[in-house]
Amino acid sequence: MAGLEDLYREIILDHYRNPRNRGELEVPPAKVAEGFNPLCGDEIQVYLMVTDGMISDIRIGGQGCSISQSSASMMSTAVVGQTPGEAREVLRSFKEMMSIHEHGLDGEASPSDQRPDPSGLGDLEALRGVVKFPVRIKCATLGWNTLDQVLGQVDG
Amino acid sequence: MTTILDVAAVKADFPLLKREVHGRPIVYLDSAATSQKPHQVLDALNRYYEEINANIHRGAYHIAEQATTAVEDSRAALARFVGAPETTEIVFAKNATEAINLVAHSWGRTNLDSGDIVLLSAMEHHANIVPWQQLAAERGVEVRWIPVGDDGHLDFSDLDRLLDGVRLVAVSAASNVLGTLPPIRWIVEAAHAVGALCLVDASQWVPHQPTDVTAWNCDFVVFTGHKMCGPTGVGVLWGRSDLLNAMPPFLGGGSMIRNVTFDGFKPAEVPARFEAGTQPIAEIIGLHAAVKYLEAIGMEAIRDHERDLTAYALQTLSERLGDDLTIHGPNTVEDRGGTLSLAYRDIHPHDLSQVLDQHGVCVRAGHHCAKPLMTILGVNATARASLYLYNDKADVDALVDALVDAGEFFAL
Repeated sequence: MAGLEDLYREIILDHYRNPRNRGELEVPPAKVAEGFNPLCGDEIQVYLMVTDGMISDIRIGGQGCSISQSSASMMSTAVVGQTPGEAREVLRSFKEMMSIHEHGLDGEASPSDQRPDPSGLGDLEALRGVVKFPVRIKCATLGWNTLDQVLGQVDG
Repeated sequence: MTTILDVAAVKADFPLLKREVHGRPIVYLDSAATSQKPHQVLDALNRYYEEINANIHRGAYHIAEQATTAVEDSRAALARFVGAPETTEIVFAKNATEAINLVAHSWGRTNLDSGDIVLLSAMEHHANIVPWQQLAAERGVEVRWIPVGDDGHLDFSDLDRLLDGVRLVAVSAASNVLGTLPPIRWIVEAAHAVGALCLVDASQWVPHQPTDVTAWNCDFVVFTGHKMCGPTGVGVLWGRSDLLNAMPPFLGGGSMIRNVTFDGFKPAEVPARFEAGTQPIAEIIGLHAAVKYLEAIGMEAIRDHERDLTAYALQTLSERLGDDLTIHGPNTVEDRGGTLSLAYRDIHPHDLSQVLDQHGVCVRAGHHCAKPLMTILGVNATARASLYLYNDKADVDALVDALVDAGEFFAL
């Protein structure tokens, strides 16, 4: 049985209590996208500033549960300083980790769980436990889907 | 004197309430979303499939007649249960949502046009909002709102102005978020005084209180079966017969016609006119079993039990959690049902319900399909605990214990 500690890892609670990169950026020059979880009412804004082909700043607005907020906070620290292409790569890896089909609904560890850092996601690995709580996957991916939208507005 | 509800005996009728979740006995506090089903209802579903499974209003053979009779018996029982003058005024729909859509499409598209006004309360479920907004988008009908005050009650101070030019008032008899019980009879009177009709969404009322549509004197009432111990997939529209008889069909297809030729069709009489295609026969029969179950216990006894339990919950929650806990909506049992929307410290409702789940406590977290109301409350979501006839004080205690645990888990 998956316990609460599988979901609420310490690093997740830390990002929830002390969210990184909270706030807004001026639009333009920054881009912004808004994401909603229609099931629970959570909403999020992702502001993105790309300077010289690099994500020079990212800010997270909105409100939501600890999983959606910490996931967005961790996302912001993961992609700042990257090129949009690199950010898309992290996005792809993260969504792969959140893919329920690869993990099954029974909460059993899949072979990839045994490897220390199979995806190169670093701290984001802490969110792997969310997959054992299928209802919460939408919380964890809310910020990322919104990042996907705002990256779509960035040329190249 | 009304009978006293024997909650232990009631609980024993519900097979699901015997199970455990995460190694703890289940504490089911989400009956506003859907109720659990007693074995009497489950048995009725099985009996239909095992003994009289046949399509209705068609075959002349014995089991087809038995199935047809069982469906029509259910209609008659529901008419009695809600005080409908005529059995033919009971129309089966998929749920309350479909029943409201039926009225919006059939009555609405016949009677409402650009500039006509529909008045809703700000605490409606999306089911009683979106069908009217669809009409607004399609043909310029105006939607107006009765505001909700800080006390969780509807604010009628500006009602005269709001009612000006209104053709239909559509309100809930019991809020699915706040538990508020608006004064339906009074609202109907006010609507009729300006020549408007009144539709009552009684989805959160019929399962919990004695219902008398004649006493309400309203024009349409909708409710759903699965919140009143019945199966999913069946709901009810009650409409005044003169209104229903003047309304065109909603869905077209089998069973709803008197005649079909190459040139067109003539619709059937009411209620068949509104029941296109094979109906959820098992579910309609199951809903009859639910009505019999509730009637045997007595709706007054159920109302009194829930009122006592709600009083206990309000008292216990405030005693043990104090200012850390906010209960949205009216704070006295006289004017509220057993639906308690909670905010506990600054713990997000999703996180709260996750910890509660570890205690086996099932509550709903989210906007409860009432996003406009959420903006008035100033929140995106609440955690909602809702009580029903099978809940007892131990369930309330388990909720409070779990909330205390959640507070410790998320403490800084």
